[in-house]
Amino acid sequence: MSLPPPDSTFSRRTLVVLMEDKPGVLSHVSNLFRRRNYNIESLTVGHSETQDISRMTVVVHANDAMLEQVAKQLYKLINVTKVSEVNTDDAVMRELALIKVHAPSAQRAEIKQVVDIFRAQIIDVALDSMVIEITGDESKVESLISILKPFGIKELTRTGRVAMIRGSLTANGTRFGS
Amino acid sequence: MRLNGAQILWECLVREGVDTVFGITGGAVLPIYHELPNYPIRHITMRHEQACAHAADGYARATGKVGVCLATSGPGATNLVTGIATAMMDSSPMVAITGQVATNALGTDAFQEVDITGITMPITKHNYLITDVADLALAVREAFHIASTGHPGPVLIDIAKDAQTAEIEFEYPDYVSLPGYKPHTRGNPRQIKQAADMINTAQRPLIIAGRGVLVAGAQQELCELATKAHIPVSTTLLGKSAIPETHPLCLGMGGMHGEAFANYALQQCDLIFAVGMRFDDRYTSAAGTFAPNAKIVHVDIDPAEIAKRIRVDLPIVGDAKNVLRQLLPLVEERDLADWLGQIDSWRAETRDRDALWQETDEVLPQYVVFNIWEATRGEALMVSDVGQNQMWEAQYYRHVRPGGLISSGGLGTMGFALPAAIGAAAGRPDCQVWVVVGDGGFQMTLQELATVMQERLPIKIAILNNGFLGMVRQWQEMFFQKNYSGSPLLGPDFAKLAEAYGIAAATIESKEGVAAAVKAAYDSDGPMVIDFRIEREHNVFPIVPVGHPIDQMIRRPKQTQP
Ligand SMILES: Cc1ncc(C[n+]2csc(CCOP(=O)(O)OP(=O)(O)O)c2C)c(N)n1
Ligand SMILES: [Mg+2]
Repeated sequence: MSLPPPDSTFSRRTLVVLMEDKPGVLSHVSNLFRRRNYNIESLTVGHSETQDISRMTVVVHANDAMLEQVAKQLYKLINVTKVSEVNTDDAVMRELALIKVHAPSAQRAEIKQVVDIFRAQIIDVALDSMVIEITGDESKVESLISILKPFGIKELTRTGRVAMIRGSLTANGTRFGS
Repeated sequence: MRLNGAQILWECLVREGVDTVFGITGGAVLPIYHELPNYPIRHITMRHEQACAHAADGYARATGKVGVCLATSGPGATNLVTGIATAMMDSSPMVAITGQVATNALGTDAFQEVDITGITMPITKHNYLITDVADLALAVREAFHIASTGHPGPVLIDIAKDAQTAEIEFEYPDYVSLPGYKPHTRGNPRQIKQAADMINTAQRPLIIAGRGVLVAGAQQELCELATKAHIPVSTTLLGKSAIPETHPLCLGMGGMHGEAFANYALQQCDLIFAVGMRFDDRYTSAAGTFAPNAKIVHVDIDPAEIAKRIRVDLPIVGDAKNVLRQLLPLVEERDLADWLGQIDSWRAETRDRDALWQETDEVLPQYVVFNIWEATRGEALMVSDVGQNQMWEAQYYRHVRPGGLISSGGLGTMGFALPAAIGAAAGRPDCQVWVVVGDGGFQMTLQELATVMQERLPIKIAILNNGFLGMVRQWQEMFFQKNYSGSPLLGPDFAKLAEAYGIAAATIESKEGVAAAVKAAYDSDGPMVIDFRIEREHNVFPIVPVGHPIDQMIRRPKQTQP
């Protein structure tokens, strides 16, 4: 059969990519996503447990066929050593956000209450603003933001998703497609 | 041994077996050029850096070795870009070396500074920026390894000027360690067994062979497979000569300008065994309409090529030669008389429409190519450009010599042929090298006639001169109401031009002159330019309009029989 597969549904998929920590490798990866027209939602990179190996978490909006292409194209990059998909079911996924919210003294108590409910933290307080730190999955971060919006968000920064498989299996031990 | 970066570069190139480098000097590579005379490497001075890259590419395709080009920073480096992209698209092993401004000037928009590693990121297999001489030898070693293995391709090394002059104790690294780079070479035995079962039970099987067969040197194995199981073989443009084109089972090129009978066979077959090809859109047309009745087995060394455009029933990742060798003993001898008979009747119908039968005094391009084929007995190293000339070469030159066609398939780069032929001729002095080129493409790189002369390369250049950007004119005729916007060309007298470079030349304006001119070029020891003034508005047939299934071709109108 030569017909392309009926498009399986698109969803947010998470790939963990391990790569040698060489100059230019990050731009190789981000360039690849742009060039191949892949739709990335977030990309986070930092050190891994192994020296000289960086670990990247990418969230892509893709269906099965596309995700397979993304993984194969990533493998073609010389410095990429491992690509694995992690599923929401068997992994923990977190992101961190810092939110600077308008907080004149009249509103502080109310904001504090919201922060407590979300088990977030107030990490800086100024005359009419405070900085809140929250860690959680995207939906938790999302809902805190939407609740804080009416107070007036002055500044916002989010890290994007990082992920780790639960249990003793590691991303290093799984390979995309197997 | 204490050496500077420039010396280390040459030491490494010599150790990698490099005998020829195509380059143009400049400020940022002066230290490298200063050391060049001390090493046993032929340097061919080209007239434009684009030509340096095409020549290295042509050299690589003709010899199977890595081609090397060298350019200065800034404009020298950017001029390489088209040639690097051309090599990338056609999986040609190349190492491009550029000079870069000194490390302390990097990022300051210094004179002739350009971020060539950034620019070439998407068009190289890998690239390096060397700012520390200590990293140079390993980078060169890795570059040659990466360029020549797996799915071959170009690698660029950008060397800062201070790294060329800094000294260090030279040690040639004896191995490369690239944990993220491990090309598969042997096919999975279970999948190979499955492929054999599919081949053994198919009623209307077809092989599609691409350039991967040539890269792997698997012509022999492919031919054995076809002959043993009686499977007809169609090739891509770059797969031509994967099986001798005079072989009874060879259907020639399929696709947009493919043989009509090959395209019918593709649409009717029940099994496609595709090896070393990538289902390019010029071959398949709209992906959803391709080979509707066929199961597809796809053999490729690059997993990313599998299921990229076309759904595949059975993928086999591996080197074409290994996979075919693994497969051969499992394939049964078959007699597929019905299927082959059907193909033969399509073939006969095609023959009736052949342009060679046309009665005319005009110079027909098909007739020119046919004459070159006859004179060279299919054994020449042909280098074609892009456009109608490329398709006529592909349709009328039946390649017998493995790897006998060099052409820019993937990128379709006009101006490729002459410089690529220079590389091919430099690498293969034992072959007669011919260029088939249009008047448009020839004018994009004709400055390289000077290189031909300076290096005494006996290249024969056949210009199929129609006074048009012909392929574009044909599309305008067929799909844009004959609105010849931007396609007519007023060219110079190419024969006089060639003579100005000191190259023998002829102008041929009628059919009678063709054979003699071809023979004169064939017999001469030197280069020659022949300006064939072909019928101006001649078209390439068949042609599959974009988006149509490949068996819905516009055919050449039927001629009255001779
Ligand atoms: C560098 C480049 N520019 C433009 C094109 C688009 N193009 C494809 S074929 C063609 C016409 C080629 O004309 P000519 O070289 O005279 O060959 P002909 O088709 O007439 O044989 C053009 C302009 C191209 N392929 N490459
Ligand atoms: Mg022309």
